Amino acid sequence: MQFKQVTLDNGLEIIAEVNPNAFSQSLGYFVKTGSRDETLDVAGVSHFLEHMLFKGTPRRTSADVNRELDDLGSQSNAFTSEEQTVYYMSVLPENQLPALDLLTDMMRPSLRDEDFQTEKQVILEEIAMYDDQPPYGAMERSMEEFFGDHPLATRVLGTKDSVSALTSEAMREYHSARYAPNNLCLVAAGAVDFDALVMETQSRTKHWKPAQVGRQLRRPVTISKQIQMVHPPATQQYTLEFSPGPGYMDQSRYISRVLATILGDDSGSRLFWELVDKGLADAAVCYTYEFQDCGVFGLYLSGDPEQQQDNWDLIQSIVNDSASAPVSERELELAKNKICAGILLAAERPSNRLFSVGGSWLSRHQYETAAQVSQHYRSVSLDDVQKAFVSLVDRTTVHVSVGPEIAS
Amino acid sequence: MQQLVYQHTLANGLTVLGEPMPWLESVAFTLMFPGGTAREPADRIGLAGMTLELSQRGSGRWSSREVVEQLDFLGVDRSSSVSSFYTSISMSAMASVLETTFEVAVSMVREPHFPEDELEEVRQSALLELAAIEDDPAQKCFVELKRSRFADPFGRSSLGITSGIESVSHSDCVEFHQRHAQPQGAVLSIAGRFDWQEFLKLVERHLGSWSGISPKELGHVEPHVASVHIPHDSQQTHIALAYDSVPYQHPEYYRGRGIVGILSDGMSSRLFTEVREKRGLVYAISASSHSLKNCGSVLCYAGTTSGRAQETLDVTIETVRSIYGGIEPGELSRLKSRARTALVMEQESSVSRSSQLAYDWVILGRTTSRQEVLQEIEQLSAENLIEHFSKHPPKRWTLVTIGPEPLEFHDAV
Repeated sequence: MQFKQVTLDNGLEIIAEVNPNAFSQSLGYFVKTGSRDETLDVAGVSHFLEHMLFKGTPRRTSADVNRELDDLGSQSNAFTSEEQTVYYMSVLPENQLPALDLLTDMMRPSLRDEDFQTEKQVILEEIAMYDDQPPYGAMERSMEEFFGDHPLATRVLGTKDSVSALTSEAMREYHSARYAPNNLCLVAAGAVDFDALVMETQSRTKHWKPAQVGRQLRRPVTISKQIQMVHPPATQQYTLEFSPGPGYMDQSRYISRVLATILGDDSGSRLFWELVDKGLADAAVCYTYEFQDCGVFGLYLSGDPEQQQDNWDLIQSIVNDSASAPVSERELELAKNKICAGILLAAERPSNRLFSVGGSWLSRHQYETAAQVSQHYRSVSLDDVQKAFVSLVDRTTVHVSVGPEIAS
Repeated sequence: MQQLVYQHTLANGLTVLGEPMPWLESVAFTLMFPGGTAREPADRIGLAGMTLELSQRGSGRWSSREVVEQLDFLGVDRSSSVSSFYTSISMSAMASVLETTFEVAVSMVREPHFPEDELEEVRQSALLELAAIEDDPAQKCFVELKRSRFADPFGRSSLGITSGIESVSHSDCVEFHQRHAQPQGAVLSIAGRFDWQEFLKLVERHLGSWSGISPKELGHVEPHVASVHIPHDSQQTHIALAYDSVPYQHPEYYRGRGIVGILSDGMSSRLFTEVREKRGLVYAISASSHSLKNCGSVLCYAGTTSGRAQETLDVTIETVRSIYGGIEPGELSRLKSRARTALVMEQESSVSRSSQLAYDWVILGRTTSRQEVLQEIEQLSAENLIEHFSKHPPKRWTLVTIGPEPLEFHDAV
């Protein structure tokens, strides 16, 4: 396994974790742009643009793009989050060049108005699909309430209104501002011919012009609040709680993740044994979200609306019980083993490595092997986790609950 | 594409299959035995799932908590599930911990404690899981599609039904397990980094004395024509559709699967192109091959806002039928290219190879090699696909919709 990195004259970075023995290679453009980089009047444009990159270029029609993706036998897709937009393919090593040619061409889309109007309908369907899922609505609302006037409050999909009002001109402007080569990173993992990758990328992107591109960074100011939402067709109650946690620049994120595993992994955690195993709740979990300037420590509960308050009280008593039930050595060891084994098992596939390597580079400009990442978790001490646990008692919380009616 | 698959049958009838993948660090195994939902008593629907859950709450020398802790300690990724005809347990981990991991898995099958005082907890969990799909109409649509199409007992969901879950007793679970968790008709498969001879010794030691009588064969599955609408106050209408095709063991299976590939594999597939790309009717559209014993079906799904649901259904059916009009050379070459790539990439995953070995065995009674699948794929032509489609046309449709309004569909009734 070898790590390689080159920055082209136009600022485009190319990185690869080369494993000559792999059966395949995964290739992706990681763009440092997402919903947090949008203004409210174009909310949803990053995600909509991600769809539009499959709709053709000056050299290819939309059908050509789709046909070529399939011709290469690729497993390909794209996703948009608050902070990044990623386009990726997994192909056989002999298809490196055509895969690179296609993906690179896609980064400079035509954004034809007719395609834009048709695809808008698809996006509105996607929004409708999620609107029908009550936990998703509660999740979006939690982000809005937790982040307030911070850019991370913007919904990744946008809203029905913002997407309906979006124009292809506004999208073109956003594309030229955010898809400059110095805001992109080409990432490869697996059986990669790195020299050829660099040479071919260089010749295809030499006309790309770098631009001033940035991101507004600041810590959100969170105020504790409780929100109740009603979704009449819902049969279950869904409750989320967000509190501040470490961001991905913060080394304490490993501690926070270990603590979330001990308290609320979906199996073998304290919440699991007290709520899920006992048949009290359908799901009761802890998790972390990490962003560039901040993070979230989250709790999630779903189950029978009538039992929700009792279950929620039980969760609170567990999460706030650091004094009488401190983390044990055994809990720490089990959590570390579980996390590290998961990392190493996933690392066998180049398609998984692509996201670890690319995500880490885009966010921290850092490359680490799977074993090095595991080591961060191994280094977490009992004292570290216990301190993080104790600090939960004073957390600021945004609490959002959705169900068939207002809970009494 | 070199591939070695070992096979051995224990004296008690258990089939053991192994595919070494020494380039991996991981190993995965799957144990399947004939304890599916179709074998539940008619008034105990949900029993198979509850039995599986209770069997994992302590076994052998481990208590309920110790089972989970032991597997977490070893870093084991695990899953277990119930289908119409089988119960299956799968685990994957680093090769160095195979022996203990295997011991835990075997104990769940051979020495479950079945703690009586945890039955109510298992029941409550089952009821909560069943209730949760009411808020997930896309998943519910498929549960209802299978229920309507395959009828009782074959169309049962592993989630069970409320009255069945409420009726299950502790002795029901114990008896169901004793009757079905036995070696005849069961298969154990392993893939990844392991030594076959050493593994066989391990299997002999832990499962050599496993015994039991093979459960009786179940009858044939007959698909049912139906059109069902479930009213739901939602923005989208969820459409699940099924029609006849050939099952996995059919000599022309790969032709049937090839046609489904033309319809639904990849972004240039016909359904994606016609329903989503050209008309923008949906975000999600798909079709897949489904085999239930002798019964092959194609299952389709589309989700769309209700005002456009009728058009979505009509275009979906029209697109399925467009196969009669011919298959383009490009469509065929893309299909083959995707299949070839998938065959190479499956060598990266011990989990997918171990589950495929077990699946092949229970359906076909043998394993299939990559070479054999590749040959089947290479033999596909526009002519033989069309001929197959004409011989096995889409018929005996089943439609389930969940949303504000029912749709018109004359073929289903």
